[in-house]
Amino acid sequence: MKVGVVTFPGSLDDVDAQRAVRIGGNEAVPLWHGDHDLNGVDAVVLPGGFSYGDYLRCGAISRFSPVMTEVIDAAKRGMPVLGICNGFQILCESHLLPGALIRNDHRKFVCRDQRLRIENNRTPWTSSYAADAEITIVLKNGEGGFVADDRTLDMLEGEGRVVARYLEVNPNGSLRDIAGISNERGNVVGLMPHPEHAVEDLTGAGTQGLGFFTGLVEASFA
Amino acid sequence: MPRVVVDVMPKPEILDPQGKAVLGALPRLGFQGVTDVRQGKRFELEFAGEITDAVLAEVHQMAETLLSNPVIENFTVHVEQPVEAQS
Repeated sequence: MKVGVVTFPGSLDDVDAQRAVRIGGNEAVPLWHGDHDLNGVDAVVLPGGFSYGDYLRCGAISRFSPVMTEVIDAAKRGMPVLGICNGFQILCESHLLPGALIRNDHRKFVCRDQRLRIENNRTPWTSSYAADAEITIVLKNGEGGFVADDRTLDMLEGEGRVVARYLEVNPNGSLRDIAGISNERGNVVGLMPHPEHAVEDLTGAGTQGLGFFTGLVEASFA
Repeated sequence: MPRVVVDVMPKPEILDPQGKAVLGALPRLGFQGVTDVRQGKRFELEFAGEITDAVLAEVHQMAETLLSNPVIENFTVHVEQPVEAQS
């Protein structure tokens, strides 16, 4: 599959995301924030970083970039979209996902190897994980606290849309330890930790993030 | 030239870590009696022409669309008349 990875001004993890896509067995297609079409990709990754300098709010300006108009349209038609960290923030600002990400409750940037439970393995991004698989991948964020009102949180839990939950430590004050969620259809996933930094033994927290990039090969998008 | 001001504040139920940091710093500097601090943003929008109801309606749209995130923030809009320089 062709997986587009969007580079915004200020993206940091786009190259790692492209590499993870390739190691996962897919073709990585670089996309630019100013692009008006998605070059025929089958899925899109919005990578981490500080797009547009995080000015105004994280993801607030990126959400209105030309490429995001295309990504939002495609996501609404069912194209798989994964937003990692800043990408998650962009998906919330785009209203493709509910809730918002605010500054960590302890006010410090956090960088650690984080244990997670994959609670929904029915999305195209998590289908290669066993049910309730526990993995350790890199977490690094300053504004990673997931918030939403109680009704929204109850809905996410009730519909099985909490894709990943923090284990052992809640690193940023996210409500109900939520690390990642999906939209109603399941094709759009936002995740605060970084699976793309955990795909090779040489560096990082191991290879347990690779599953996010191998599931697409196996998945059939009905 | 009149100016339209948009004030954006985190909703009361949303944790405001920046406000908390400021609240923590005040007593360290000897300022007593402050029980809470909330930190927001202020946008000053300048217009070439008159501020009509249509302009204000558009500013509301700007505030809803871009300047604030309605999930976590509230906003207010008001017009400020220029203060003439006193001599």
